[in-house]
Amino acid sequence: MNIEWYIVLSSLLFALGAMGILVRRSPIVILLCLEIMLNAGNLALVAFSRMVGNQQGQVFAIVVMVVAACEVVVGLGLIVAIFRRKLPLDVDSLRELRG
Amino acid sequence: MEAVLFFAAALGALGGAVGVVVLRNPFYGVLALIVHLFSLAVLFLLLTAAFVAAAQVVVYAGAVMVLYVFVVAYIGGDTEPLGDSIPGQKFLAPLLGAALFVELSIAVLGSSLLALGTHGPNVNPGFGNPAAIGHLLLERFLLAFEASSILLLLAAVGAVVLAGRQGTPEAGQGAAGGSSKHSSEAPAERFEDPPAAPSPAGGGA
Repeated sequence: MNIEWYIVLSSLLFALGAMGILVRRSPIVILLCLEIMLNAGNLALVAFSRMVGNQQGQVFAIVVMVVAACEVVVGLGLIVAIFRRKLPLDVDSLRELRG
Repeated sequence: MEAVLFFAAALGALGGAVGVVVLRNPFYGVLALIVHLFSLAVLFLLLTAAFVAAAQVVVYAGAVMVLYVFVVAYIGGDTEPLGDSIPGQKFLAPLLGAALFVELSIAVLGSSLLALGTHGPNVNPGFGNPAAIGHLLLERFLLAFEASSILLLLAAVGAVVLAGRQGTPEAGQGAAGGSSKHSSEAPAERFEDPPAAPSPAGGGA
């Protein structure tokens, strides 16, 4: 398969994830959509690394994976803290920090 | 054979992503994301990135998704309210997503990267296997490796601090709710202290 196919698939996945973030209101689902976007970026990184014939893009993808794991851990910690305080799990009503 | 595998994995990845966006129950959303991650691992294998594919399955589908399942089970599904908070949100968001996709496609396909239309160069059989990636990680990218390990440690400590138990039930009753942790913890301690001080005095009198 040509590299183009992978890149187009990756941009399609990225757009789907962005659309999910715009549509959904539950913070857990928004985190899941963030995962989709990060994975789309990973797919593009690995595809470009194959295109160039250089493994450094794969190392970059692994570091992105680590950052994604950190983001999930902190995000889920925040969700559990929100749930413990009996605040609504709805990103549209949690707008106190909005300027 | 490769084309069949690619299209099967691409369909799986797209189906998983659509499932995450569409399904109302977050538990089913997590399961759809697991399908998506496994399909992406197949795509990584097709791109001769064996170590990234293994890390994807072990780290993502194995560890991170278990965390999601636990949190969804703790919080419970179907907490999402119905209806749009912004008028026309359900109509505008797919439009913006489609616009983003068109924009990205124009940017990629209109670029002058000639190698996009090829399979990529022929690589030796060890391309992307754990030994090669390990050499890169521990020699050339040692600083990034150590920095990401520090980042993981910080994230673990931060999650324990965020989701820890201290002060949440009392602080939630004492304060009106919605204030931050420290400002709601301090009054609770101040309320506890004065009753403790007069009671021995009253007993002595």
